[in-house]
Amino acid sequence: MSLFSLMWANLFRKRTRTTLTLLSVMVAFLLFMLLQSIADAFAVGPQIAGNDRIVVGAKYSQIDNLPYSQKQQIMAVEGVEAITHTTWFGGMYQDGKSFFAQFPVMPLEYFEVYSELMLEPADALQRFARERGSAVIDIGLVDRFGWQVGDVVPLISQIYSKKEDGSRTFEFEIVGTYSDNGRSSSFPVMLFHYERFRESVAFGGDSVSQWTVRVSEPDRADEIAQEIDALFENSSDPTRTTTEDESNREFARQLGDMGFITTMIMSAVFFTIVLLTGNTMTQALRERIPELAVLKTLGFTDMTVSLLVLGEAVLLCLVGGAIGVGMAFLLGPGLSVSLEEVLGSFEIAPQAALTGVGLSLVIGLVIGALPAITAKRLAIVDALRRQ
Amino acid sequence: MFAQIREITLMNLQNLSSRLGSSSVIVVGIGGVVAVLVGLLSMATGFSAALNSTGKADRALIMREGSTSEMNGAMSAGQRATIRAMEEVATASGETYVVAAIEKIGTDVPANVVVRGVEPPSFDIRPEVKIIEGRRFEPGRAEIIVGVKAASQFKGLGVGETLKVRDQSWQVVGHFVAGGSVTESEIWADLANVQSAFRRGGTSNTMRVQLVSPEAALKLNKRLREDPRFDLMVRTEREHYAEQSRDRATLINDFGVAVGIIMAIGAVFAALNTMYSAVSSRTVEIATLRALGFSSLPVVVSVMIEAMALALLGGLLGGGLVWLAFDGYTASTLNNASFSQVAFDFAVTGDLLQMGLTWALALGLIGGLFPALRAARLPITTALRGE
Repeated sequence: MSLFSLMWANLFRKRTRTTLTLLSVMVAFLLFMLLQSIADAFAVGPQIAGNDRIVVGAKYSQIDNLPYSQKQQIMAVEGVEAITHTTWFGGMYQDGKSFFAQFPVMPLEYFEVYSELMLEPADALQRFARERGSAVIDIGLVDRFGWQVGDVVPLISQIYSKKEDGSRTFEFEIVGTYSDNGRSSSFPVMLFHYERFRESVAFGGDSVSQWTVRVSEPDRADEIAQEIDALFENSSDPTRTTTEDESNREFARQLGDMGFITTMIMSAVFFTIVLLTGNTMTQALRERIPELAVLKTLGFTDMTVSLLVLGEAVLLCLVGGAIGVGMAFLLGPGLSVSLEEVLGSFEIAPQAALTGVGLSLVIGLVIGALPAITAKRLAIVDALRRQ
Repeated sequence: MFAQIREITLMNLQNLSSRLGSSSVIVVGIGGVVAVLVGLLSMATGFSAALNSTGKADRALIMREGSTSEMNGAMSAGQRATIRAMEEVATASGETYVVAAIEKIGTDVPANVVVRGVEPPSFDIRPEVKIIEGRRFEPGRAEIIVGVKAASQFKGLGVGETLKVRDQSWQVVGHFVAGGSVTESEIWADLANVQSAFRRGGTSNTMRVQLVSPEAALKLNKRLREDPRFDLMVRTEREHYAEQSRDRATLINDFGVAVGIIMAIGAVFAALNTMYSAVSSRTVEIATLRALGFSSLPVVVSVMIEAMALALLGGLLGGGLVWLAFDGYTASTLNNASFSQVAFDFAVTGDLLQMGLTWALALGLIGGLFPALRAARLPITTALRGE
């Protein structure tokens, strides 16, 4: 009988105890996966490899607008490859209970800068660029509102009113959806034509909330950011430029310290798990002392017996951890529907699975260490006497 | 019967000390659940409390029709004068609500702080605003006062320091409290200063109104909405702040309960485990009692009482720990309706602790029930043999 099957058989000598312990380890790791994925969604935002974008906003206040006239000046900075801009429109759909953002953009510029975004159907970008009343939406909004291409969506802007009649209701025809390789953004938005915006609003048609700039060399991003800020430092509209990744992180940090909350909860959970499983292993060991002595008598070395006990703890934690991690992936899709309103997009993070399994291994080792040492030190004569 | 229950229970509780290790699993497991649950809910409670204590039923905001945020809207001086003269209005004050980017203490990135431009009557409308250090700003001078929560969360807001916003430098001349409400997270400045710094001309975003009575809110709302000169509505402070807090508080609340339930499942497994092993280690003892004529009910009850006593201890420990560590702990989050930081104190209330203890007892009940039934069903003869 191999050492592994011996461990396995030992684990199930008390079926109820092992099952219950396994279940609580599993629950702990399920919780770990969910919390870690939520914390990831908050902390990092969409991870974009080799991000070559920088973001230019108003220096003193996020609600300030920048003038459209800055565009030419930013374009002239060396290293700037492409530029696009967004404006906070503040539209509300129906009762406004389910909020999402809308930005007027120049269609071709926007999708040039955000080149990873794919539009559907095939003619979406063409139509978006040509038809002024059109809009394209993140697929996350399709899931949330059930909109389809061809639908007309009325939005009431909290900020802008129409030039012609002062009304604040604007209508948009959806001509396409976009996604990053089938994934929705963590902050799904509706994009509509900037020319339509400029022509129809009563005031503020040339205001820009934020410029997004693609630079030719990501390594020089910080340098270019400083150059742009220097351009407007002494103008009436000073700017603050950061890389897109940094800007996402800053926004997430404003929401609150999810990392802190997650850490607090997980410490409570893992402390309990270590105690619980540790207790199970100690019990299991105590019951088996004479048996271990028999093994030693039969010629098993101290090391092997010790490994046997350690392996049992590790096995218990690994199996429980793996099931918990697996469960998280099973439950993930169901949860993401309810979490998407809050987090934009939510999915169980694959990298959290690695951390989870690694963590279960570590916890197994911690728990198994003491019983393993005890088992190693057992003197055969004493142990056999303890019947 | 009761005498039997008392005897067995006392006996069980007295030899608890010999099962300290495994019993502590219940205490810690359930303590953890209660701690996390109460901790998260105290966050939701604190957040709601900060927003709700801001609102009074006989004070109202006049804001742009359909708007949810004080940031929108533009009321001219003429419109403000017309409203001041209306019979439902006792006192009214024009206010402009903007956000400024200031570095948070402990970070080097800016977060949003509310800067509220106020007219002198704003102080009369909010008697809870009291200067605790320094003095009020003088109208017309480049001076500001800072809420205590804003001062403790952001850099450079001490009395005597200078805040640079756009082309202006404002000197901090005082700190104020506001009855623990969200107002304490704000910076107050003279309306005229904010108008000129943020280029708002003579307009204010909203008006804050002391109504002649709570009933006047409806009348004033009807009057304004029917008046073609205005695109305005009236919301009482209570409505306004309750709505702002609802989503976030519900979210934290749901999150707390969800995490609590998952942890509770894990803790029930742990409790079952402990109680099963408690029962199995006392097999002979229980069988002896039964042979002596004790009926099975007292055995069941005693096992359940033991589980619940341990659970209660865990609940008290968890709740107490959270109360000691987190009650009054100040955290801040982004208020979605205004893009600004709201600081709030965790509130571990009696209600929450009571709920935590109820959870603990319920978990103890479930954790004790099945092992108790097993104990009662033990066939006396086999059990006496000690198998």
